[in-house]
Amino acid sequence: MKKHLTTTALAALASMGLAQMAHADIKIGASISATGPAAFLGDPEAKTLEMLVEDINAKGGVNGEKIELVSYDDGGDPNKARTFATRLVEDDEVVAIIGGTTTGTTMSILDVAEDAEIPFISLAGAIDIIDPVKPYTFKTPHTDRMACQKIFEDMKKRGITKIGMISGTDGFGASMQAQCKKVVGDYGIEIVADETYDPKDADMTAQLTKIKGTEGVQAILNPGFGQGPSIVTRNYKQLAIDLPFYQSHGVASDGFIELAGADAAEGVRLPGNALLIPDLLADGDVQKPVVTAYKTEFEAKTGTPVGTFGGYAHDAFLIMTDAIKRAGSAEPKAIRDAIEATSGLAGATGVYTMTPENHLGLDLSAFRMLEIKGGKWTLVE
Amino acid sequence: MRLSVKSATLLTLLAFVVVAPLFFPSSFYYRVGALIFVNGLAVTGMVILTGWAGQISLGHAGFAGIGAYACALAPEHLGLHPALAVLLGAVISAVLAWLVGRPILRLKGYYLGVASLGFGILVSMVLNNERDLTRGPDGIDVADLGLRGLLKDAGLDLSNGQFWYFFCGFSLMLGAWFALNIFNSPTGRALRALHGSEIAARTVGIDVPRLKLQAFVISAVYASVAGSLLALQNKFITPDVAGFMHSVEMVTMAVLGGVSSVIGAIFGAAVLTLLPQVLTVFAEYEQLVLGLIMVLVMIFLREGVVPSFLRKFRGNEA
Amino acid sequence: MSELLQFLLSGVTVGAVYALVALGFTIIYNASDVVNFAQGEFVMLGGMITFFLHAAGAPLPLAAVIAILATAAIGVAMNKLTIEPARGAPVVSLVIITIGVSILIRGAAQLIFDKQIHTYPAFSGDDPIHILGATILPQSLWVILGAVAVFIGLWLFFTRTLLGRAVLATSNNRLAAQLVGINTTFVMTLSFALSAGIGALAGVLVTPITMVSYDVGLALALKGFAAAMLGGMGNPKGALVGGLVLGLLEGLTAGYLSSQYKDAAAFIVILAVLFFMPQGLFGRKSTDRV
Repeated sequence: MKKHLTTTALAALASMGLAQMAHADIKIGASISATGPAAFLGDPEAKTLEMLVEDINAKGGVNGEKIELVSYDDGGDPNKARTFATRLVEDDEVVAIIGGTTTGTTMSILDVAEDAEIPFISLAGAIDIIDPVKPYTFKTPHTDRMACQKIFEDMKKRGITKIGMISGTDGFGASMQAQCKKVVGDYGIEIVADETYDPKDADMTAQLTKIKGTEGVQAILNPGFGQGPSIVTRNYKQLAIDLPFYQSHGVASDGFIELAGADAAEGVRLPGNALLIPDLLADGDVQKPVVTAYKTEFEAKTGTPVGTFGGYAHDAFLIMTDAIKRAGSAEPKAIRDAIEATSGLAGATGVYTMTPENHLGLDLSAFRMLEIKGGKWTLVE
Repeated sequence: MRLSVKSATLLTLLAFVVVAPLFFPSSFYYRVGALIFVNGLAVTGMVILTGWAGQISLGHAGFAGIGAYACALAPEHLGLHPALAVLLGAVISAVLAWLVGRPILRLKGYYLGVASLGFGILVSMVLNNERDLTRGPDGIDVADLGLRGLLKDAGLDLSNGQFWYFFCGFSLMLGAWFALNIFNSPTGRALRALHGSEIAARTVGIDVPRLKLQAFVISAVYASVAGSLLALQNKFITPDVAGFMHSVEMVTMAVLGGVSSVIGAIFGAAVLTLLPQVLTVFAEYEQLVLGLIMVLVMIFLREGVVPSFLRKFRGNEA
Repeated sequence: MSELLQFLLSGVTVGAVYALVALGFTIIYNASDVVNFAQGEFVMLGGMITFFLHAAGAPLPLAAVIAILATAAIGVAMNKLTIEPARGAPVVSLVIITIGVSILIRGAAQLIFDKQIHTYPAFSGDDPIHILGATILPQSLWVILGAVAVFIGLWLFFTRTLLGRAVLATSNNRLAAQLVGINTTFVMTLSFALSAGIGALAGVLVTPITMVSYDVGLALALKGFAAAMLGGMGNPKGALVGGLVLGLLEGLTAGYLSSQYKDAAAFIVILAVLFFMPQGLFGRKSTDRV
């Protein structure tokens, strides 16, 4: 009797193993900074991926195969990210990697992925990730440079020629500060004051007072993410500065209005994406159904407002599964080729069209200049 | 037959480096091994400074940062070979440690802690802020050491992971050998006298400030070389390497494993390097577990894991 | 002129935050010679617990009181479970223990609460108070008031009460204190409760300015630690002055030199002060025991 049971159990186990082999899962790896200094970015990214994998598997997976997500938390540490990327490639044998919340972690993963010839979609901002183009690396966020261009375009329209900048010293703020300085000349604008703050600082009135007192400043730009920009925005109101005020896409989330207070955030402009304004999108807009679905589900599941960063993960997963579908195979090389052939794919951030020369696939039109009015996002025409 | 501490330590390390790969389920483990060895090298310096000389530093990651960025910057700007850049980093770290150490080593306990902390923060701030040189928080590429290519030409074809595993393992053995030589030298005995009681050491004619400074400089070189090796094997480095948390990590590894024993500190480095890899399934609990381990070990195995167990083992034997 | 005043007010706001954190270090250090690196976590808990209770519908004052009491209880637990069992351990072990507790609390907070950034309304609104062309937020006055009140309270406690002197006696010589009939165990429990409570109070007061998330503790603890060392560890006056000096240094450096290196300026001054006064500005002289 006992022996019989054992054999049955073994047989059951064996058949389970066989069943699994017949439907070999597609293993996708992720290394994301769900904790650590970039947790504000990485946490919604990790949650988004988890949610989307569940969704797609509930609908039968891709090409009849389930997706298995192997996700690690690199804590924002590039050294750890490299270790996890190595683990994904060597030990878990994934066919593709999503991740790299920050530029530093992305650069670490990139090297491993390129070596192993595994397609990799990054969620970080810097232009260096895809310029020059590397065969296996793609990314979903607009570059920092594009955010600067969008902002300067809007400033130019308003006749602004002299601005002050106050940037966070974290990777996000510092990188955007550098990119803005590179392209600002193209718009006939001059940066006359350039200040920074530490992401954990309690008060930025000293820096703002200095900018305010600089001769000829017509507008102020604040690249950063997390609580820093909210404090800057409150200090802005405290000092009663009445110059046009620009934030970056780093705070494009309802959470920012909540933290800074609708009162202080009144009139703030920033380059955001369709995700924040599904109701304002025209009915024919291809992004409308995508962003409405993502926003509704994410907010229902997590109870926190959607933001730019979760959107990046959403799009990376969308591009990845779309490519696997089109490739009809889960071979890394085939996935890579299919990602590069992505065309007109509507995501939360924008509409992606990749080419061998362009591994980002977004242009400036994906950014929408938004203004906060009465605690709500409005489109600047 | 009883082995000396030195031979026992070196033989244990050698056995581990050679035998462990036989049990690796995949080549990923070469990467983990290499990281353990690099961290082990850094904490060997902490053994000399904290374990033997009894001085605290909460800023040694600053020296790791200098070593790492020397490898990133010197080949590009000075045309130095990366191997020489490691040496340059070590020299800069030593000189800086000598300059900084003279005033701050007069301080005691927590005051030394905050002063060394300040030094570490200054280094990490410079690495973060001097974008034109260091490329800021996004990090910078590091040149290839080129040794793997040489070995390949000589007929020894190692994968990248294998190469760094054996190279770092070899470096660690060299570092441990050097440290243990110090331990058995007159300097080592003087250091331990100093740890016991500074005043007593002074009364028997030991030049206390000079001795402390020597320990500080040597440990800085260890941290610097470890930083260099990390940068070279990752071929990329960010200012995080010089961050406060990295300093704390070094002290924690050494103290958990046993700060007075080289093999103990290396064991601590191994445990803390493995922890995040073991806990991936419970990544949310990683911090919780790490904190718990730190507290429990310090309460129940006050001398660190390895010395406490050795004592127990020997005690039972006797 | 109004610029200078604004830099000063900015410095005072930040400095008062540091001073409040630094004051929390004082009592535990006085009772046990332990610098508690988990002090920043007490500040975080004060802010977080208040936010979540407030969000659940509790009025702000009630939420704040509960947060302070709960954090004080956590402080007591920390003493019973980690510091008492490790009595007599060397400084470096105590540093590791308290850093371990801080990592543990942070890890738990991230599981129990969340990883979002939170804030709640300022106590007296957000309308800035104008002083000679410069401005300060009413909440900053609350923080300054809190720092001064805690300072006076501690000063009275240590100089005017028997219990306060018992704390000092315990720190000087535990055995002698026991011999003269001081219940040193109770003194330790009390000092952890007070320190944690002061930390939580700091969190309650600063959250409307700095906002709170599970990971704010470390940065606050580092600055508070630096401020306390600058002033001289263990002296409430040192903590208050150290905090304010650090804040003013940052404000003035950001205003007149470089905002990028304001933290550097602060640490350079600390190094310089320690070079000439190895016990900080108001620290007590210690003698080596052989």
